[in-house]
Amino acid sequence: MSGEIRARFRVDRGDFVLDIDLSLPGRGVTALFGHSGSGKTTLLRAMAGLERAPAGRFAIGDEVWQDESRGCFVPPHRRALGVVFQEASLFPHLSVRGNMEFGQKRASTATGGFALPEIAELLGIAHLLERAPGQLSGGERQRVAIARALLAAPRILLMDEPLAALDLKRKLEILPYLERLHSELSIPIIYVSHAPDEVARLADHLVLLDQGKVVASGPLNAVLSRIDLPAAFADDAGVVIEAAVAAHEADDLTRLEFAGGRILVSQRHEPVGTRLRCRIHARDVSLALAPPLQTSILNSVAATVVELAPTNTPGHVLVRLDVAGTPLLARITRRSADRLAIGPGLALHAQIKAVALLA
Amino acid sequence: MQSTDLAAVWLTLKLASIVTVLLLIVGTPIAWWLARTRSRLKGAVGAVVALPLVLPPTVLGFYLLVAMGPNGPVGQFTQALGIGLLPFTFPGLVIASVFYSLPFVVQPIQNAFEAIGERPLEVAATLRASPWDAFWSVAVPLAKPGFLSGAILAFAHTVGEFGIVLMIGGNIPGRTRVVSVQIYDHVEALEYTQAHWLAGGMVLFSFLVLLGLYTFNPARRKPA
Repeated sequence: MSGEIRARFRVDRGDFVLDIDLSLPGRGVTALFGHSGSGKTTLLRAMAGLERAPAGRFAIGDEVWQDESRGCFVPPHRRALGVVFQEASLFPHLSVRGNMEFGQKRASTATGGFALPEIAELLGIAHLLERAPGQLSGGERQRVAIARALLAAPRILLMDEPLAALDLKRKLEILPYLERLHSELSIPIIYVSHAPDEVARLADHLVLLDQGKVVASGPLNAVLSRIDLPAAFADDAGVVIEAAVAAHEADDLTRLEFAGGRILVSQRHEPVGTRLRCRIHARDVSLALAPPLQTSILNSVAATVVELAPTNTPGHVLVRLDVAGTPLLARITRRSADRLAIGPGLALHAQIKAVALLA
Repeated sequence: MQSTDLAAVWLTLKLASIVTVLLLIVGTPIAWWLARTRSRLKGAVGAVVALPLVLPPTVLGFYLLVAMGPNGPVGQFTQALGIGLLPFTFPGLVIASVFYSLPFVVQPIQNAFEAIGERPLEVAATLRASPWDAFWSVAVPLAKPGFLSGAILAFAHTVGEFGIVLMIGGNIPGRTRVVSVQIYDHVEALEYTQAHWLAGGMVLFSFLVLLGLYTFNPARRKPA
């Protein structure tokens, strides 16, 4: 591990208290997910040092940026971090290149860092360097903001809902670049979001925040497949499956394979072998004791019941299943659960009504 | 135009230039503090800065005269330094003008700083710019329209002052006699032709300054 991230903050604003103690992996994308007012932006700002949390502690590996117990607080401009805000916040008096060089010039050269042409290429903005920020689209601006943050040679990249201010089209334009960052950067990314699809698509590690407290923190699917989460997260319950394109079938369907089986989805254009993430909502999974034959639902996998829990909707339960090692959630009525005598250990068939592909 | 008129014009331009430069130096930190402070003193300091907007120049001039006079604190200080007394000297006029035009510089710059908001400075901090660095590389360039307005207003307002000049500087040709006082003298002496030249010049000058201010004020910057 290139340096575990340790964060402990307590911010008391009277009507809102953020109180967290987290240990996050030093690699990959960690998503801070929560509804508005859950404290995720406050947490990110505290990490950046833009907000000084009394009694806080924040360290990446052996580099301590805040430890109030020893009176240590490194101001933001002395922290090797990159921040991407919701609005790109480019400096309007500088060109795209000027914006990108702003942090690069000031970062200590000892830390290595990236070359400008390389980063411009990675984010697809090489042709925009001489433009003024006002001449860019929202998506382009946000990509420049990301490039600018990366060129300051950060040890960690903090992103505060970088897509929230963009419309769907721009979001789809930017997401592939974020995935590239994910695969090509060795620095950890903390990604604040309230959009489940973004989280499912980008995150490796997931932290759920609710009312200033950490509800769950762990690897993406370990958190997503928990059935004991508070009501606020239950409606979006669902898992993410990492699958590979196995074949394109004649009738305009594409077959994906994952550890627990195979699923058919509407035709995809990725070549065979491409890895795709797909999200399966608990509400789109139904259960049958016998292999369902006379049904229009194509996707059915053999699964074993792990556990059940009530949901916040009266009369419904959430069932955690194991599909050859891959977790799956199903949301069914209590009556169905009773009628089929569903309990831990039962082998059955999970029918998947819909699969959301995240690419 | 007589040589005394030209001397008055030259003195006025020199006074306005020096005062403008000094005001930018003095006014910028005050504007920055007023734009960003959460101190309870903000209201009081803002009110003191704005006083010259509402006070008659004679009131301001009177107190400055007393303060800079032989028994005033400033006067005793300057005497102790061996500079002598400031009233009826050009430096005295400069100091009085700085006080008198302060709000015309502070307010536009303060508004410009406030309009920038917190975010660009936070971004600068996350890009390794120290507060001092961020002030010069981000805040000042973004507040440029405010600086421009402030400088133009300070210059024009100093050119146009009258009451405070009479109170502090009197009417010493070549040293404290500025255009507005010279016009007053011409009128007193019924030299209307000379008065017309200078007065007309002032009208034209003021019009051009305001025209420039309203036409080229680049406050239409797109947020990015």
